[in-house]
Amino acid sequence: MKNRHKRAALIVGGLAALGLAAALVLNAFRSNLVFFFTPTQVAAGEAPKDRTFRIGGLVETGSVKRAADGLTVQFVVTDTARQIPVAYTGILPDLFREGKGVVAQGKLGHDGVFVASEVLAKHDENYMPPEAAHAVEQAHKAAQSVKQ
Amino acid sequence: MSRRLINWFKYSSPQTFYPLAGKMIPWFATLAVLFGAAGLYIGFFVAPTDAQQGEGYRIIFVHVAAAWMSMFIYLVMAFWAALGLSLNTRLSGMMASALAPTGALFAFLSLWTGALWGKPMWGTWWVWDARLTSSLILFFLYLGFIALQSAIDDPRRADRAGAVLLLVGVINIPIIYFSVQWWNTLHQGASVSLTKAPTMARTMLWGMLLMVLSFWMYAIAAALYRVRCIMLERERNAGWVYELPEVKS
Repeated sequence: MKNRHKRAALIVGGLAALGLAAALVLNAFRSNLVFFFTPTQVAAGEAPKDRTFRIGGLVETGSVKRAADGLTVQFVVTDTARQIPVAYTGILPDLFREGKGVVAQGKLGHDGVFVASEVLAKHDENYMPPEAAHAVEQAHKAAQSVKQ
Repeated sequence: MSRRLINWFKYSSPQTFYPLAGKMIPWFATLAVLFGAAGLYIGFFVAPTDAQQGEGYRIIFVHVAAAWMSMFIYLVMAFWAALGLSLNTRLSGMMASALAPTGALFAFLSLWTGALWGKPMWGTWWVWDARLTSSLILFFLYLGFIALQSAIDDPRRADRAGAVLLLVGVINIPIIYFSVQWWNTLHQGASVSLTKAPTMARTMLWGMLLMVLSFWMYAIAAALYRVRCIMLERERNAGWVYELPEVKS
């Protein structure tokens, strides 16, 4: 074995050991690296109690209600399995839409309503022109009416 | 060794690589301008608006390309670092140092364009989610590498120390890339990947890929330009530098 082969083997071995260590550490921190909890996780009691945390999911279609002052909003966050009602006072981001992703930070009240102090829109990875989005929507509706 | 088609080791000496790099720079610079002009034209005039984000999505033409380059350049630097440590070639360390400022520039660009997009779209400049945090660490790794190399006077020792830092930090690259799959993040998942069809309109994709090519060409041209300066500086006492026509005159 030449010297340079020895050094190359040492580097590969070192990198493998580092990778393994990083994988173990990240695995151990898995639950702490979660940016938000889903409604199902909250229902299962995985979210911290009496402490602020974030919930994430989709804004349920037809659930957004605006109060008379124009700033207070109530909506329901769903992951299609469980729902959590959310109350928020403030300006919503541009991408906040019914049926789209959202991440809200706040506390879960005793009445089961999540009082948010910050609402962020979560965008999906799909980029398409408005006409294509319209076509997708039409196809979706058609498929649903066939099912019914 | 002599029966190889191309003797790669020949180009690992600064003396032969210096004129070769000088010849390649104008080509890569021209290509960078051409691809960049085409990419920006498609990005701003041809590509349609996005159904959800309107015109604001156009930041991806810079943001995604810069983010990819910041990760890719780091991988290239780590490759040179491994080569330099195992083969003890002089050129490897020079290439790694030459690439570092460009990589840092792209990491900085991806962070800032992301923040400028995040404020109107998400509603915040910055959140500490896994993707954003690991990208910030990548930027600090670039700065750390540059600082470490500048702190050591002997260039050969600086190369070795920098190479070890680069190889340790390479763990961060898969973490950045897969962070959106492994954890719940605010950042969206990948729209373009090797394993599935891209989830974006075709003209948008073309604009983005042209911008990536442009950044790629720019990075190569800038790194070659910088590596020539580094060669002259480190080899200023070597005979071949005195023989250069631009030094003689």
